[in-house]
Amino acid sequence: MSIFSPQGNWFRYPEGGERMWIGLALVWCIIMFIAMPFWHFFGKQNATGESYTVEARDFEERVDRFVEANQVDEIEGVPVVEVPSGGDIYLLGRMWQWEPVLKLQKGETYRLHVSSTDLQHGLSILPLNINFQVLPGYDHVITMTTTTSGTFDIICNEFCGVGHHWMTGRIIVEE
Amino acid sequence: MNSQSATVDHRICNTTGLTVFFRSEFFIKINAVMGVVFLLVGAIAAILLALTRWSAVMFLDEVWFYRILTLHGVNMLVFWIIFIEMAILYFASSTLLNTRIFSKTLAHISFVMMVVGALITNYIILDGRADVLLTSYVPLQAHPLFYVGILLFAVGALLVCFNYFATLYIAKKNKTYTGSVPLVTFAATTAAIIAVIAILHGAMALVPSFLWSVGLMAEPDAGVYRLLWWGLGHQTQQVNVAAMVGVWYFMATMTTGAKPLNETVCRGAFVLYILFINIASAHHLLVDPGVSTEWKIWNTSYAMYLAVLASMIHGYTVPASMEVAQRRKGFTKGLFGWFAKLPWKDPGFSSVALSAIIFGFIGGITGVTLGTEQINIMAHNTMRIPGHFHATVVGGTTLAFMGLCYYLVPLIFQRDFYLRSWARVQPYIFAIGITMMSLGMSLAGTYGVPRRTYDSDFTGAAIETGFDPVAHILLGVLGIGGVIAFLGMMLFIGLVVAAAFFGPPIKDRKMPTWQDEKSQKMTDDLINRGYEEEGKHYEHVKTPGTIALVLIFLLSFVIYYFANWASLADLWFLN
Repeated sequence: MSIFSPQGNWFRYPEGGERMWIGLALVWCIIMFIAMPFWHFFGKQNATGESYTVEARDFEERVDRFVEANQVDEIEGVPVVEVPSGGDIYLLGRMWQWEPVLKLQKGETYRLHVSSTDLQHGLSILPLNINFQVLPGYDHVITMTTTTSGTFDIICNEFCGVGHHWMTGRIIVEE
Repeated sequence: MNSQSATVDHRICNTTGLTVFFRSEFFIKINAVMGVVFLLVGAIAAILLALTRWSAVMFLDEVWFYRILTLHGVNMLVFWIIFIEMAILYFASSTLLNTRIFSKTLAHISFVMMVVGALITNYIILDGRADVLLTSYVPLQAHPLFYVGILLFAVGALLVCFNYFATLYIAKKNKTYTGSVPLVTFAATTAAIIAVIAILHGAMALVPSFLWSVGLMAEPDAGVYRLLWWGLGHQTQQVNVAAMVGVWYFMATMTTGAKPLNETVCRGAFVLYILFINIASAHHLLVDPGVSTEWKIWNTSYAMYLAVLASMIHGYTVPASMEVAQRRKGFTKGLFGWFAKLPWKDPGFSSVALSAIIFGFIGGITGVTLGTEQINIMAHNTMRIPGHFHATVVGGTTLAFMGLCYYLVPLIFQRDFYLRSWARVQPYIFAIGITMMSLGMSLAGTYGVPRRTYDSDFTGAAIETGFDPVAHILLGVLGIGGVIAFLGMMLFIGLVVAAAFFGPPIKDRKMPTWQDEKSQKMTDDLINRGYEEEGKHYEHVKTPGTIALVLIFLLSFVIYYFANWASLADLWFLN
């Protein structure tokens, strides 16, 4: 009984169905464990956590230079930059806008630098449902290859104050 | 500190034969009552939130949405659950070990600290000076009193844990019991140990935040804060799991006469919780900058999923012990004859059975899958996350604690329930509501609908965006499920408050059974025989039905897990 004290030596090895289930569960746990390093080496989608310390002002300057060099247009006051050939691209999250809008080329590989200059934000690329955490002070680098084209919206999915649900952005991937 | 004195400071329970000390009974009662008070606060917040996330309704405005969301998280996940756990600690030490509590003064002090801490926190949230949500992620800053309130509450809880360990010590020293501590006490000890580790992490996260909020310290690092905060945030969930599994074992015995099949296995599984759960905070940092792959893989899996193994073991041993009990009563027909004959009309039993099903099939499977390093990319901060944890902590823990209350009130408050037939349907209403809500959330999350967000249409954003209409229908499922769960919750609160304060007294007699006389007699008989047969083998009684159930569970798990890998492979390449 679970409410009474067991007496004497109650040690016993599991047997029968119980032993079978423990064995089966353990095998499943090991499979799930191995799946992660397996995907790390053989899968194409990994969150490596690659990041560098960065001051908010420095990151902002890098974003400004990036926009200045590559701006082609503007949507609703947000600059649009076009980077057709891969390489380093920048995205700044701050209350309550993602900028710039990124115009990319399908099949290219980009090193997306994303950071915040105020609170924590959540980078969420829809409808793909790709999500990464964005922290002030961290230059978070996500190496991504755009395997599909189209217009992808960015929202913020980390609470960042009362205007959190106005914080959007966009990535346009061209064929 | 002294041996049993002649003065009457205890009673013998007419139902279980356990010794109930009046002093510990008092602390069980006041902690349970405070738990239900904060449950009510959290529940009112919950319905407001459900009616706001339901995108066709959007009841609150944005300011109050985030404010009420903060209130909901703090009251439900911290105050309600921890007050009930404190009641469980007093019960599992004093009542089950036949001893007084170590210190009455300490029990009073800790209780007052917890109540004052909770009131301060709720006041500052409702006053609009702590719209930081439960996690209060730095650099979001709350009023200093927010941190003071939570820290006061946490230190109070820490003192209760200390009182608990000291009570275990004096029970052992005074030989108030023979043999080993009961399994329920072992479970409670597991919960208390994890609670101490969790609270220490919480202090490391919140003390610097407090000092920062009063200007005595520089702004803490956002990433380090997250690591430390989740040392509190995730581990308190494992406190809930350990306490909930303890309640499963307790209620299995009370309602069906089940005896743990193998004490070694059951206790070993609890030890796995203690050893491996402390690294679980990594779950929340899977797509964070600054943490390496090796660190994440080892830590999120709790060292090769050994804590998941523990839950899978309990998921077998609890129903298997019931199956053995049922078969010993003569319900041996086929694979599931025992299952059909379980006391489904006993709200104590049905709550716990539904709790185990929802926790395992929805909460457990989604949790382990979403907590996989790479799969988390498709889940982090989407509605899939609250979809998961409302199945574990509400459908699992809260529902199990509701079931416990259907026995706590007659056994400890010694009062009977009114409207007993309403009580019999209450667990089902709540379970249906919370299951719908959880599934609505999880499925909306697969469309990328974010958690903790007021407006799923992003009205007013410079760059317009929105979701597929199906996602909005799923948010409607969330809303309707939330309403049903809220009704079930209000029914529960009404029933237990009416019973605990105004119910017909049942002093000096056995607790009125929730089952029919015949089943109750069979259960009593097993409990009495089980005690005498301690150490004997009757485990030749096989458990084919439970084996079938857990195999269905494993199959669902495998399918859901690999389906997620398959959809991950469709994403852009990310490195």
